[in-house]
Amino acid sequence: MKADIILAGVGGQGILSIAAALGAATLNEGLYLKQAETHGMSQRGGAVVSHLRIADYPIASDLIPLGKADIIISVEPMESLRYLPYLSETGFLVTNEVIFENIPNYPLSEKIFGEIKKLTNFVALNAEQLARDVGNPKASNMVMLGASSPFIEISSEIIEKGIAKVFERKGNLVVNSNIEAFRSGKDYATKYLK
Amino acid sequence: MRKELLLGAEAVGQAAIDGGISGVYAYPGTPSTEITEYIQANKVAKEKGINSFWSSNEKTAYEEALGMSYAGKRAMVCMKHVGLNVAADAFVNSAITGIRGGLVVTVADDPSMHSSQNEQDSRFYGKFAMIPVLEPSNQQEAYDMVYDGFELSEKTGLPVMLRITTRLAHSRAGVVKKEPKKEDEVSIPENLKQFLLLPAFARKSYVKLLGKQGQLAELAENSSYNQYIEGDDKSLGIICCGIAFNYLNENYIEKKCPYPVLKISQYPLPEKMIRKIEGECDELLVIEEGYPLLEELLKDFFLKGTKVSGRLDGALPRAGELTPDHVGVALGLRPPVEYKIPEIVANRPPSLCQGCGHQDVYQALNEVVADVGEGRVFSDIGCYALGALPPYETINTCVDMGASVTMAKGAADAGLFPVFTVIGDSTFTHSGITGLLDAVNENVNINVIIVDNETVAMTGGQESSALGNLESICLGVGVDPEHLKVVVPLRKNHNQMVSMIREEMGYDGVSVIIARRPCIQKVAREKKKIKAQKES
Ligand SMILES: Cc1ncc(C[n+]2csc(CCOP(=O)(O)OP(=O)(O)O)c2C)c(N)n1
Repeated sequence: MKADIILAGVGGQGILSIAAALGAATLNEGLYLKQAETHGMSQRGGAVVSHLRIADYPIASDLIPLGKADIIISVEPMESLRYLPYLSETGFLVTNEVIFENIPNYPLSEKIFGEIKKLTNFVALNAEQLARDVGNPKASNMVMLGASSPFIEISSEIIEKGIAKVFERKGNLVVNSNIEAFRSGKDYATKYLK
Repeated sequence: MRKELLLGAEAVGQAAIDGGISGVYAYPGTPSTEITEYIQANKVAKEKGINSFWSSNEKTAYEEALGMSYAGKRAMVCMKHVGLNVAADAFVNSAITGIRGGLVVTVADDPSMHSSQNEQDSRFYGKFAMIPVLEPSNQQEAYDMVYDGFELSEKTGLPVMLRITTRLAHSRAGVVKKEPKKEDEVSIPENLKQFLLLPAFARKSYVKLLGKQGQLAELAENSSYNQYIEGDDKSLGIICCGIAFNYLNENYIEKKCPYPVLKISQYPLPEKMIRKIEGECDELLVIEEGYPLLEELLKDFFLKGTKVSGRLDGALPRAGELTPDHVGVALGLRPPVEYKIPEIVANRPPSLCQGCGHQDVYQALNEVVADVGEGRVFSDIGCYALGALPPYETINTCVDMGASVTMAKGAADAGLFPVFTVIGDSTFTHSGITGLLDAVNENVNINVIIVDNETVAMTGGQESSALGNLESICLGVGVDPEHLKVVVPLRKNHNQMVSMIREEMGYDGVSVIIARRPCIQKVAREKKKIKAQKES
């Protein structure tokens, strides 16, 4: 089993919470994990990416090779396209639809979604809306994780345990709403694919 | 064995605690910052009272660590690669004095310049100083190397360099910890002349350092970090340094690499192992993360011997960070790329935060520059360096920390008028103060603006050494109190700032304007902290 995941977004959007939940879930399940992050200058509103690799055998490289990613999870639609060369032929792109516009030459949104729709395997969703719907507007990244979960060979039960571990310090209420957000994203993706 | 998910930098921090340090000394710098931050936040380190306060710059950090080693205790000093330029004097000389308590120097290089002004390779410094260099290929190795590194340092009597790169420092993996070691007791050197580098003593110490080189080579030859992996196909031999080993292995997940491979993670170079692979194989491919240090050494000048390829002959790119794909291409494998980046995707460079005080300073300064002409703003490294990009494009230089003040002085000496300096509070205390003293001593007409956001913002908001003391520092250096002014950089103070800059421009001497407003990220973090405290 392996899951090579590209996580994309803009500095400040907190993409690492997705990685943290998967990391907490898998590390002591007998799985190996490597997770390359972007720190430093780009965190000031620049493009950020994380390479998350999970496998049941020891992982060599911290970076995913081109054309080998099983999923791109992006919390911003234009950013989802920036890493397409990493996506494998059979890979899935899961992206948030909500635009983050902090540059003057941001492309027209129709063009962005036009490019996304050219792909064979993709899911696009409004993660902010789904998070608000479950009553935790801060949980949009867990919605994204949920929407990606059908394409990751790790059971939802284990991922939910990881989410619980990451938010455990903030109390039960926060844990539960994040798990709900995860489930809502998962439902959305499952329906979307039908 | 329970694994903990740690960044490479955190693994280094944990290993230093477990390895028995009594102090970590550092100035922030990507990608090394998280080492010290990890130790600062660590409960055990706090209970033990391990010194982890930020130093003013890398040179002071290095010397403080060396002082702890003098007093018989283990210490680590950390910095980014360019920080070693600042600490180089202490670093090179500490190899000649030797150490007492184990001293590990962790230097984090930044190939591809993700957050840096160059991609220099610190292994050259290690070779130059003639000390052991360790270059881990993964997070566990980084942990083990630091954990055992203090003993290696004590056994050889030398500082030991751990050379990591951004990819390792900022990537997480499972790490298994070891039993914590006890701290050493404070003591006085047995030889009270050990740290005296007066020429008569230094000549002897230097000969001693030269005499240790055989021992260091032997250690590298027998190091478990250096491995010779046999292969049947001798048409090629592959030498990998540090993390490059992973990129090679990534290309051989399904089947074993057919060629003999030499993995190097401890220097000086294991000569016998290198001779063996050269003797066995027709050609060599050298894969190094950084400069072609080894490749240059092995490449034969007259091209009559074994063919050596790597970064110098284009088998691998000459500049930038390696990837598994680069290594694959060098081995004749093609990455299975299905999709291209659509043309509509625009660059998203970093930018100043909305509401940042640096923006207000640049707006004011731009108004003055519009009158006096472009090309007169000497600046420095920090968030405010983003003032080089649109929409501001105010600053004209960003070279090395502190250079804004001194380059402005040199330009003024050359006859350029008016000249401005924009420098951050932390950069000022890092290396700006001495330059200001030069300017004051000659009463040169420079206009210094210290953009004081009361933190080291660029690297994530560490405590600035300037806190609360900027005025007294400037006055102490000799700035005329009449020409030391403070302003709050806010849009409503725009006109005040513009007229203040204009006025000081007219003064024929050194003027300092402190534009002081806390970093908005710092303010937000503090609010969050207070909220969290209230909740719990
Ligand atoms: C020799 C050296 N050490 C460290 C760094 C990393 N670094 C770049 S900017 C900076 C701090 C800047 O702080 P400050 O001057 O207060 O400006 P701010 O980012 O807060 O605006 C640091 C530590 C570096 N580039 N060079």
